[in-house]
Amino acid sequence: MSASSSHPASGKPHGVFAGLRNWLLLPSWSIICIFVLAPIAIMLVYSFLTKEFRGGVIWEFTFAAYDQFFLNRGLFGDEPVKIEWTYINIFWRSIWQALLATVICLLIGFPTAYYIATRPASTRTIWLFMVTVPYWVNLLIRTVSMKFLIRDNGPINEWLLALDMINEPIHLINTPIAVQLGLFYSYLPFMVLPLYASIERYDHSLSEAAADLYASKWFTLWHIIVPSVKPGIVAGCILVFIPSLGAFLAPDLLGGAKNFMIGSLIEEQFKGTAGNWPFGAAASMILLSAVLLVLMWYARSTSRARTKRGRGSE
Amino acid sequence: MKKSVAVIAACLLFVSGGALAAGKLSIYHWFEYIPQELLDKFAAQHDVEVTMDTYDSNEALLAAMKGGKVGQYDVAVPGDYMVEIMAAEGLLDTIADGELKNKGNIQPEWVDVSFDPGRMHSIPYQWGSTSFTVNRDAYSGDIRTTAMIFDPPAELSGKINVLDSQGEVLALASLHLGIEQCTSDKDKLRALNDLLQNAKPHWASFISDGAKDVLVSGEAAVGMIWNGFSAKARSENASLEYSYPKEGYLAWMDNVVLLMDAPNRANALLFMDFLLEPENAAAVTEFAQYTAGVTGTYELLSEGLKASPELNPPADAPPGTFVAVCDQATQELYDAIWTNLKK
Repeated sequence: MSASSSHPASGKPHGVFAGLRNWLLLPSWSIICIFVLAPIAIMLVYSFLTKEFRGGVIWEFTFAAYDQFFLNRGLFGDEPVKIEWTYINIFWRSIWQALLATVICLLIGFPTAYYIATRPASTRTIWLFMVTVPYWVNLLIRTVSMKFLIRDNGPINEWLLALDMINEPIHLINTPIAVQLGLFYSYLPFMVLPLYASIERYDHSLSEAAADLYASKWFTLWHIIVPSVKPGIVAGCILVFIPSLGAFLAPDLLGGAKNFMIGSLIEEQFKGTAGNWPFGAAASMILLSAVLLVLMWYARSTSRARTKRGRGSE
Repeated sequence: MKKSVAVIAACLLFVSGGALAAGKLSIYHWFEYIPQELLDKFAAQHDVEVTMDTYDSNEALLAAMKGGKVGQYDVAVPGDYMVEIMAAEGLLDTIADGELKNKGNIQPEWVDVSFDPGRMHSIPYQWGSTSFTVNRDAYSGDIRTTAMIFDPPAELSGKINVLDSQGEVLALASLHLGIEQCTSDKDKLRALNDLLQNAKPHWASFISDGAKDVLVSGEAAVGMIWNGFSAKARSENASLEYSYPKEGYLAWMDNVVLLMDAPNRANALLFMDFLLEPENAAAVTEFAQYTAGVTGTYELLSEGLKASPELNPPADAPPGTFVAVCDQATQELYDAIWTNLKK
């Protein structure tokens, strides 16, 4: 491995930044406070306000938005209270699709990243460059192009028909499979790049040592390589999972907007006929809490991995 | 006529203090809905500097106005039901008697409209219908029934696109069932909910902005669409036919409104008079392919547009139905039915 990548990071700034340590984070903290924390605080407050007909809020405290999310009183509000599954199911559908996209990205991304990381240093740059090429084109345009490719009379079906590989066009457009296709395709580079960064730092002599000690290839993969590159795997999974969760381009364009996903449900509350801002804010807060739980799990697992690694090298 | 308008314009502009730059006009309009040449013509005719911002839905217009844009624009172009809502929200100024010289050019049937009785705040811009279009290669039977969408023939199942628009889908479904809009009758609402739940498995997608594309490409064999948009689709795929169902279809009208606290009120009125001139209304119609609500426009249209089947309902077609504005409690029931449909 190259010397630069194994340079020890001490965690303390030296030289030019000496004495400035606490001020270094000032720009990012101000941005986080103004553009992240403040809007979240507004959202939190709005989620407890009364909705105004056709958009807007009335400054009266209420739990109505959360009540609507979790409790079902029937179409006319006169039935006994039950658990409202509508929104939970929408969330579950989004989470499930996002999880699946993450797993598919990992299955495709890991061999890809491994391949790239084991190329000679000169060709590695070209491979990485090629992974990022699709990102030069706007996501909307890529999603629309995919729609054209997979429709019933699109080129993929026509080729397969012409080659006599199928008798009927494969119906993909406006199905959950098409949504999944759009999701994992969109976020694949988010998986490949962090995985590459981890695998590139992996010391391949460990694999050789394992082979010398008669470890099978599977054993080496599961017990040597995967634990070593775990931070990359976790980072890649987070980077794919979270944007997939809020995605609405793929569900709208490839799924035919037949079913709400989290993103489109929230959008409808602010832009649609109903205009229920507190409910949109409440749904956002619930989503945010879910994402925060995932991130906390990530933070814990990486800090655990770091202490383990730290102990191992001492 | 034009001369007198120009003289009045000059007087008004002088009064309003725009002696040098001769004043401004600030328009808030739908995207791609007015030809630039027409704006240039107005600017030249009245020596007015015209600026225009655009929006993409009635709800976006309302949100912008409620979000503090009152006093920034002179005129906007809301759809029928949104005129009623904006008037109720106090966002529209009143046009006094005699302020519009060309008010007499409004076609009689569009003067006393339900969403703005007596045209106190608005003038007609363009109107049209919302129904559906069928690919005749895929289906040769009778298409003049809303059952094509809500209870389709077996061979069309899974090849139907509906608009991703709550108001239009629920109103068309109400026409299919023969129930009134904005009802709070529980049995009728349950029937509406059941109809939609049973129809959804036959639908392939909810697409609005691609409503033309899915039909032209053949992705959908039946698709809800607006008539002018369907005319454009037919020019790209000749086997498409727009339907005027016997159960009824939806009508809509976009209207130029005088906004509250318009910074250039006099020019706004001049602009409204300008759009009520038949030749200018015809120019908009040629561009948008809908229908103007101004007398004397039809004669000025191109032959192709005059004969367009999308713009000429069959003699036995019922009149179009406007989407109704419900009160809050009723609207919430319809919102719940829509969420239930898309959950």
